[in-house]
Amino acid sequence: MIKIKPMAEDKKQKAHIRFVLNGETVEVAFAPHKTLLEVLREDLNLTGTKHGCELGECGTCAVLVDGLPILSCLALGLDMEGREVTTIEGMAEGGCLHPLQVTFADLGAAQCGYCSPGFLLTAKELLERNPAPTRDEIREALSGNLCRCTGYIKIYEAVELAAARMRGEEAEPAREIIHGYE
Amino acid sequence: MMRLPKFEYRVPREISEAVKMMADAGPDGMFVAGGTDLYPNMKRRQQTPKTVISVTRLQEMRAIRGDAETGIVIGPSISLTDICNHPVINRDYPVVAEAARLISTPLLRNMGTIGGNLLLDTRCNYYDQNYEWRKGINFCMKKDGDICWVAPSSPKCWAVQSADLVPVMVALGARVKLVSTLGERMVTAEGLYNDDGINYLHKRPDELLTEIHLPPRNGMKAVYKKLRRRGAFDFPVLGVAATLDRAEDGTVRDARLILGGVAPAPIRVKEAEGILVGHKLDQERMAAAAEACYLKARPLDNTDFLMNWRKQMARPFVLRALEELR
Repeated sequence: MIKIKPMAEDKKQKAHIRFVLNGETVEVAFAPHKTLLEVLREDLNLTGTKHGCELGECGTCAVLVDGLPILSCLALGLDMEGREVTTIEGMAEGGCLHPLQVTFADLGAAQCGYCSPGFLLTAKELLERNPAPTRDEIREALSGNLCRCTGYIKIYEAVELAAARMRGEEAEPAREIIHGYE
Repeated sequence: MMRLPKFEYRVPREISEAVKMMADAGPDGMFVAGGTDLYPNMKRRQQTPKTVISVTRLQEMRAIRGDAETGIVIGPSISLTDICNHPVINRDYPVVAEAARLISTPLLRNMGTIGGNLLLDTRCNYYDQNYEWRKGINFCMKKDGDICWVAPSSPKCWAVQSADLVPVMVALGARVKLVSTLGERMVTAEGLYNDDGINYLHKRPDELLTEIHLPPRNGMKAVYKKLRRRGAFDFPVLGVAATLDRAEDGTVRDARLILGGVAPAPIRVKEAEGILVGHKLDQERMAAAAEACYLKARPLDNTDFLMNWRKQMARPFVLRALEELR
């Protein structure tokens, strides 16, 4: 016999909001004290956004809200009403990876990959705002994202290569980036 | 996984509505702007409001008006990123934009507000820990306990003033407007802070910070220097804000030297200011002012780095600030 759980009382206490997620309007119901990170992962089943320190000290959970990178672990789901949210799931378009995703993969800018969604979205916003950033500007823009594997150099190189390609240049990675210095 | 405790969330559209909501919520209510200070504290159960009232949608608190001639009024709900990029602030009060750029990280500056930075909770290694950690040491007097672990014989809490814009605002002679259902009042930035880690503000919990006023600049120059371990993320463990107003011949007419990050409140070093005012800035005067600041700094062992070193760093940081103003 299948037991049907009685409607939990907190069902009534759920908040119901509508916002644009990765270009599509979604409606979602969740416990009102949940963070955007929890709503994305638990109520919308989009687990690409990663769950790091939960205190704003790592940048792993970064998503774009109205185009700006913010930390989803410190934003309330409730505050998303009417906003536009982009997560890593929305970065590829029509089955085509974003140039940053391509260069991150090609240049080994991801090792364990846990910080990559946050880095990619933060870098995406940088390149939309500044198509030709210097190394220092990239460093500054990504200074709120921690990576504990690659040591950042490969990430900076990947952002520079993607930026060049997005400007329409036929850029290839320098030989030493792939094969190392002789 | 650390979750927020349950709370009621309210989003007023007008200041009058916000202060009314706070009056209704009573002592269990708190205002929130960017949430980058309050929500981590709530996750660690350091602050546990039952009602949280958001001020982010109060349009009245999102504008900047005025210029260097008239003085400016800054809306406290403006994000730190917008402060960093604002043309009038960069042109007329560049020290505010420079200090804002040193706060935390770009992601947190997109969320955090200038008002939130001014009202940032004081910080301490024995307080900024999760509930179980704090329970393990039987809590501290700032929350749930009755002892100060960094100074066990102290009757008061020594949690540290850790916001970069606080010494800057005190140095600039800013004033803030506080509004509640009982009315409104203007308070100087200097008078806003209290030298106690628990009651660190002379603002009542039901009062809402609605405006930040900077006085006309009148040729005054200002600078802010920050000490921290990493180039991003970290709170200041020493902040030096200095302003200088000089006559044509170089004589110092007015000076302010404020230390942040070394006590529960920003420290105004009037001794150092007295050394500078009425004289020209030479190496000897600057060294004497730096020494006076060193003597006034009283960091304790409750933040990053060794406390003695933090105290010693007051000298070179004040010197650097004055060199830059010279």
